[in-house]
Amino acid sequence: MQPESVPVFRSERINALIIVLIFSAVILIYTRWARKGKKLFIRKINGLDEVEEAVGRATEMGKPVLFIPGISEIDEIETIAGISILGRVARVTAQYDTPLLVPVRYPMVLAAGQEVVEQAYMEVGKPDAYNKDIVRYVAGEQFAFTAHVNGLMMRERPATNIYMGAFYAESLLLAESGNIAGSIQIAGTAQPAQLPFFIAACDYTLMGEELYAASAYLSREPLLLGGLKGQDWMKVLFVILIVLGIVFVSFDIGDWYLSMFKAV
Amino acid sequence: MTWIEFVQIWIIAFFTISLFSFLYKDNPFYRIAEHIFAGLSAGYYVGLVWHAVILQQMINPMTEGGKWWLVIPGILGVLMFSRFTKKYHWVSRLPLAFVMGNTAGIFILSELHGKVIPQLRSTMLSLNPAQGLEGFLLALIITIGVISTLIYFYFSKEHKGTLGAIAKTGIWFIMISFGAHFGYTVMARISLLIGRILFLIDDWGGSIIWLFS
Repeated sequence: MQPESVPVFRSERINALIIVLIFSAVILIYTRWARKGKKLFIRKINGLDEVEEAVGRATEMGKPVLFIPGISEIDEIETIAGISILGRVARVTAQYDTPLLVPVRYPMVLAAGQEVVEQAYMEVGKPDAYNKDIVRYVAGEQFAFTAHVNGLMMRERPATNIYMGAFYAESLLLAESGNIAGSIQIAGTAQPAQLPFFIAACDYTLMGEELYAASAYLSREPLLLGGLKGQDWMKVLFVILIVLGIVFVSFDIGDWYLSMFKAV
Repeated sequence: MTWIEFVQIWIIAFFTISLFSFLYKDNPFYRIAEHIFAGLSAGYYVGLVWHAVILQQMINPMTEGGKWWLVIPGILGVLMFSRFTKKYHWVSRLPLAFVMGNTAGIFILSELHGKVIPQLRSTMLSLNPAQGLEGFLLALIITIGVISTLIYFYFSKEHKGTLGAIAKTGIWFIMISFGAHFGYTVMARISLLIGRILFLIDDWGGSIIWLFS
């Protein structure tokens, strides 16, 4: 049987194209402004301000920092956000010569993690302090990974545990073990079902969008700041679109408007 | 019960109790279970990837279906092995960049079509009181919840004054939803615990009775 031919341009998806174009334009404009030196304000995000302090605590105690970039593959956007934050954390641990432990669940995450950690050590001028075993592959099975990390927490007693990425049923197991080990814990995930457990068991929790804002907030790099500002602008646009839609639906008019929000 | 089943049940019971022993503290039994579990899973995944990915998704379609273009992802995969060399380890960044770039690109469209656009449409509910009190209240709660939560995640302004009040409303909605999630998940975990305890009582306990009978 021959597969059905798919058109190159799918006109029913033009709504997504418009959103992507507006989003891209806004990001480019903000990035340009940031590069030109225009100050872009970002409000305080509590959990992120504590990252450096928590690493400082580990340095004082002479204990390691444990960072887990989630348990998903590299093709999950939360993992990419986690890896990006890992780069910032590794820079701080490299500066203070604080041991860093990064157990991972997938080989591709291992490779990406090693790349950003090595880069961070090179950026602070300590390439010799970098050790490939900082980022280590543990196990592919979710609960084998969790069992190992729990044991690691009890044996190494890290002063600080940072969980940033996609977490699932293991979130409470990890966070509770870290709590028992007496570590300061900072978590961030966009998984709504796991956030309550992190909120209950961690000292600071980044919720959803805050995880994606983290790398821009920590680095203040123009490219990332532009992205964050663009997202904010889009949220305002979405609120306006929703309010307009509510008005149209309430008065039973504007079918053309509502038809623009058909997802195919 | 056969002797094979008996041995199986005792192995499962040993690992179950060893893992539960972590509740007391880290101990040699937990470490044995942890290392065997991790080692087994690593080995299992090597086999899984070989059969489900390399054979089924690359070699078989190439040799049997003539899809020779699949050699391209194959080459990208092989490039990852350059990490083992000091001189050429940078080459492994190519497949990494390819995967991460693709992820971001595909994610934009899937999120827009799968979540953003449908959720925008679903939030556009009629606030006309003529629809009845129940429908009106439900639409009002959803509207306030979505808009205030979006405002909570607005980072470009300090949450003060009116914006702060709206953001505070948003965090209330978020916390209520977390409370519901928490309760739901705890119930699911309790049922998993019941499953394990029932195994220990029925199967393992039953095997002990079988042994002495």
